[in-house]
Amino acid sequence: MSGIVPNLINETIAVKDQSTGPWRDAWRSFRKNKLALVGAGIVLFFILLAIFGPLFAPQGINDQLLKDRLKPPSSQYWFGTDDLGRDVFSRIIHGARISLWVGTSSVIGSVVVGSILGIIAGYYGKWIDTIISRIFDIMLAFPSILLAIAVVSVLGPSLQNALIAIAIINIPNFGRLIRSKVLSIKEEEYITSAKAIGMRDIRILFSHILPNSMAPVIVAGTLAIASAIIEAAALGFLGLGAEAPAPEWGKMLADARMFLRNAPWAMIFPGLAIMLTVLGFNLMGDGLRDALDPRMKN
Amino acid sequence: MLHYIGKRLLQLIPVLLGMTFLVFMIIRAIPGNPAQVILGQLASKEAVEALEIKLGLNNPWYTQYIDYLIGLFKGDLGESMRTVQPVSKEIWPYLAATFELAFFAILIAVIIGVNAGIISAWFQNSWFDYFAMVLALIGVSMPIFWLGLMEQWIFGIELQWLPTSGREDVRNPISSVTNLYVLDTIINGRFEQLGQVLKHLVLPGIALATIPMAIIARMTRSSMLEVMRADYVRTARAKGQKMFWVVYKHALKNAIIPVLTVIGLQMGLLLGGAILTETIFSWPGIGRYIYDAIQFRDYPVIQSGILIVAFIFVMINLFVDILYGLIDPRIKYD
Repeated sequence: MSGIVPNLINETIAVKDQSTGPWRDAWRSFRKNKLALVGAGIVLFFILLAIFGPLFAPQGINDQLLKDRLKPPSSQYWFGTDDLGRDVFSRIIHGARISLWVGTSSVIGSVVVGSILGIIAGYYGKWIDTIISRIFDIMLAFPSILLAIAVVSVLGPSLQNALIAIAIINIPNFGRLIRSKVLSIKEEEYITSAKAIGMRDIRILFSHILPNSMAPVIVAGTLAIASAIIEAAALGFLGLGAEAPAPEWGKMLADARMFLRNAPWAMIFPGLAIMLTVLGFNLMGDGLRDALDPRMKN
Repeated sequence: MLHYIGKRLLQLIPVLLGMTFLVFMIIRAIPGNPAQVILGQLASKEAVEALEIKLGLNNPWYTQYIDYLIGLFKGDLGESMRTVQPVSKEIWPYLAATFELAFFAILIAVIIGVNAGIISAWFQNSWFDYFAMVLALIGVSMPIFWLGLMEQWIFGIELQWLPTSGREDVRNPISSVTNLYVLDTIINGRFEQLGQVLKHLVLPGIALATIPMAIIARMTRSSMLEVMRADYVRTARAKGQKMFWVVYKHALKNAIIPVLTVIGLQMGLLLGGAILTETIFSWPGIGRYIYDAIQFRDYPVIQSGILIVAFIFVMINLFVDILYGLIDPRIKYD
C-alpha cells in the first residue's frame, strides 16, 4: 500500500511535465509553423514601432522643410520627402500608431458588440434570434467598404468615425460566429448540468459559454485586424478617414497621388507599410487558425 | 430545385426591405439638421426649408419610408442634387462601365487564379508552387489602391506602355450604343478603337483582379490537392490517361465547387473594390459616381448608388447559390 502512493505521485508529476491542454497544444503547433512565426514577427515589429518609434523618429508628424520638398530617398531622408518637405520615414513611423490603433480597437469593438448579440441570439433563440440574425443578414448584404462609406457619410469624415464605421461593418461576422458556437455549446452536457444545479443564465453565458467560444474569435479577430487596417487606409485614401496633417498611411497615399511623377517614393513607402502590416496579421491569423481549429489540422 | 429557388426568393424579401431601410436612413441619421448639413452652414434658411420639403424631411419617418419604397417600386431613385437629373436615368452608363471593368477583372482572376492553383497542386512543393503561393499571400494583403498607384507609376509614367485614366482615347471618342465599349466598338466595326478600349482596361482590370486572383488560386490549390488523392484520379492514371486530362477533366470538375463559391463571393467584393479602383483610374463607373457624390454631399446619389450595388451583390450571391445545385448534383436542397 505504501509503495503505491509514491508511484501515483510520480505518475502525476510525469503527466504534468508533458503538459497538455488545448492552449498549450495550440502554442506548440503555432511555434512549428514558420510562416506564422514570420507573421507574428512582423506584427511584433510594427507594435514596437507604434509604441517606441515616435521616440526615435528623425522628425515630427508635421515638420515641414519647404526647401527640401519632394527630395528622393537619401541618407538624410531615408524614404524621401513629400510635397510639403516632410520626412516620409518619420511620418510612416508615426502612422504605425494610427493604423494599429484603428485596426485593433475597431476589431475589439466589433468583437464585444458582436459577441453580446451573438450570445443573446444563440442562447435565447426564438424571435430574438430571428431579429438579430436578420439584421446581420442585411448588414452582410452590403459590400463591407460600401457599408463603411455609408456610415462615414452619415457621421461625417474623421478618423474616429472611420473607426466606428469599421467596427460596425465587422459586427455581423463576429455575431454569426459566436451565435453558431453558442448553439453547439448550449447542447453540451456540462451546460445542462450547470442549469440543473441552478446556475443563472448570465453566469452560464460568461463563465462557460464565452470562454469556450474564444478560439475561433481569436483567429477571426486576427484576420479581421488585417482587413480593418486596409479598410481604414481605404477610407483615408478616399478622404473619409484621418484628416490632415495626421500621418495616416492611406491619407499619405492620397496626398502622394498628385506627385506620382515627381516623387513616387512618397507613394511607395506608405503602401509598403500597409502591405507588410496586413501580411503580418494575415500570416499570424492563418497560423492561429491551423493551431487553434482542430478541424483544420493536417 | 424550384422549391428551393422560391424559398430563397422569399427569404430575400426581408433582406431587401432592411437594405432599403438602411439606405433610407443615410440622410435621416445625419446628426443635427440633415438639410443644413447637406447644404452647408452658409445656406440660407429658405434654401434649407426648400430642401427639407423636397426630400420630405418634415413628414413622420414612417410616411417618408413608405413614400420612398413606393418611389423605388416605380423606379424612382431620387434626383441628383448636383446634376438635377433623375438618378435612374444617369446611373446606367456608370453601371455599364463598372460591369465591363468587373467582368474583365473576374476573367483575369479566374483564368490566372484557377490555372495557378491547378499547377501548384499538380506540382506540389515545386518552386512554382512556392512562388505562386507566396505571390498569392502577398496578393491578399495588397491594398488595391496602392497597387493601382504602383501600376500607374510603372506602366503609365515610367514605361508609358498603357493609359492610366479613363475608358477611351478622348481624341477618338466612341459612339456608344450599349455603354459597354468593348461591345460598342465591335458593333461599330472600329477595331482600332477596340484596341484602345482594351488597353484602358488592362491596368484597372489587373488592380481589381489581384485580390480575387490570389484567393481563387489558394482555394483551387487546396481543393485540387484534396481531389487529387481520390480513388478515381488514381484509377484514371492507372488506365494510362495523360496527366493533363486527369487534372483538367477529372479532378478539376470535382474541385471546382468550393472555387465557385469563392468566385461568387469575389464578384460581390469586386463591386466594393471598384470604388477604389475607379477613383484611382478615373474610370467613370458606379464607384466613381458614388465617390463624386460623397465629395459633393449629393445624398440622393449616395443612397441610390449604394442601394443598387448592394442589390446586385445580393442577386449575385443568390445566383451563385442556385448555380451550385446545377453544377453539383450531390448538393440537395430542402
